[in-house]
Amino acid sequence: MNRTPAHHPSPITHYPSRLLYFPGCALKDQARGYEEATLAALAALGYEVRELPRWNCCGTVYALAQDDLMRHVGPLRNLIRAQEQGAEELLTLCAMCYHTLSRTARFVQNPENLRRLNAFMDEEEDYRGSVRVLHLVQLLAGLAERLPRAVKVDLAGLRAGAYYGCTLLRPRDVAVDHPERPEVMEAVLAALGAEPVCFPERVECCGAYLTVTEPEAVRLRAGAILLSAAQNGAEVLVTACPLCHFNLRERRPLGAPKLPVVYLGEVLAWALGVKPVPEALAPRVGVRG
Amino acid sequence: MAAELRLSRENLNAPFLQKLGEISGQNVFACYQCGKCSAGCLFAEHMDVLPNQVIRLLQLGDEGVLAARAPWVCAACLACSVRCPKGVDVARIMEALRQLALRRGIMPVQLKLDREFPQIALVGALRKVTP
Repeated sequence: MNRTPAHHPSPITHYPSRLLYFPGCALKDQARGYEEATLAALAALGYEVRELPRWNCCGTVYALAQDDLMRHVGPLRNLIRAQEQGAEELLTLCAMCYHTLSRTARFVQNPENLRRLNAFMDEEEDYRGSVRVLHLVQLLAGLAERLPRAVKVDLAGLRAGAYYGCTLLRPRDVAVDHPERPEVMEAVLAALGAEPVCFPERVECCGAYLTVTEPEAVRLRAGAILLSAAQNGAEVLVTACPLCHFNLRERRPLGAPKLPVVYLGEVLAWALGVKPVPEALAPRVGVRG
Repeated sequence: MAAELRLSRENLNAPFLQKLGEISGQNVFACYQCGKCSAGCLFAEHMDVLPNQVIRLLQLGDEGVLAARAPWVCAACLACSVRCPKGVDVARIMEALRQLALRRGIMPVQLKLDREFPQIALVGALRKVTP
């Protein structure tokens, strides 16, 4: 990873050791392992992570229609909950939650939007617009210098392809890195001792919720992503999105490379020694090539 | 799309185009048809009308585009939106087309809810068909 991208947001290096955390539905269901691994790993790094009280659905999809404020109410309510806790940051693990919450936080930076939503949500205290939505990968990128010293299990030999998907990278104003040439996940994987592998499809959509209406289109996408990763030498795919995770596993076409798909927080937990490396991957790990 | 397309100044002031502008916040006339949106669209192969063609038809005031399948195949991945050299947020135009269709009772997709989807897939898909 020696390329210099055209533009990178400046890395954030200072976060409080206490963090308020927004889980969302997937982290309490299909992606429970992602939550467990990440919370254990963050505790090992010295973070006190507390779940946001009374959180509700993030909205899943950020409303693109501009004539309907109603759809921003759900995500904004979560930001108000965080404000009630006196939090400046709200940590997310799910890429889709990060997307809806951070875009809503940005939407209400416009004073007129904020005024109208506050007026509409009469039953809540006014949102003052100060909560910063943070994704796990941003937190870890800020710790990149500290992480190698915290690593307990040598992941050398684990050729890991970071699959970003859409919601962490687009649109630009909430992107965790350059939308076309990101390297923040690769940097985190390298800091954890794994061998990051770049592949062209890493920023391309998996089909997301088209999986419900156009499953065959999603199958083609899953195949293309898995093939692109495998052809570039990846042996495992790392994601932060439970919907990508679902599509890459459940929509895998016949004959597509059988790469395991894991969450970023799981790799973190393996490296810090708080969760065991799965047996299927264990032979790859700790072998310097 | 109409089999015969009449070009006239009146088409450009069509009420549906004004509504589309209100919902999307986008100016379709900013598009100069470079085709970058369609070139990078991962789902274009499943569309009846390509994203740049959708915008061209809108520029011509063709209301028939409301019956196109393309907006329903759009995954709102925003690749077109971040790549457009004219700053047109194509995904917002697709959403506006879906909204205009839904508000007229048109919904040309089938929800196949016959298996265990993650909640985010179900809510995302249902949000897409909610006017």
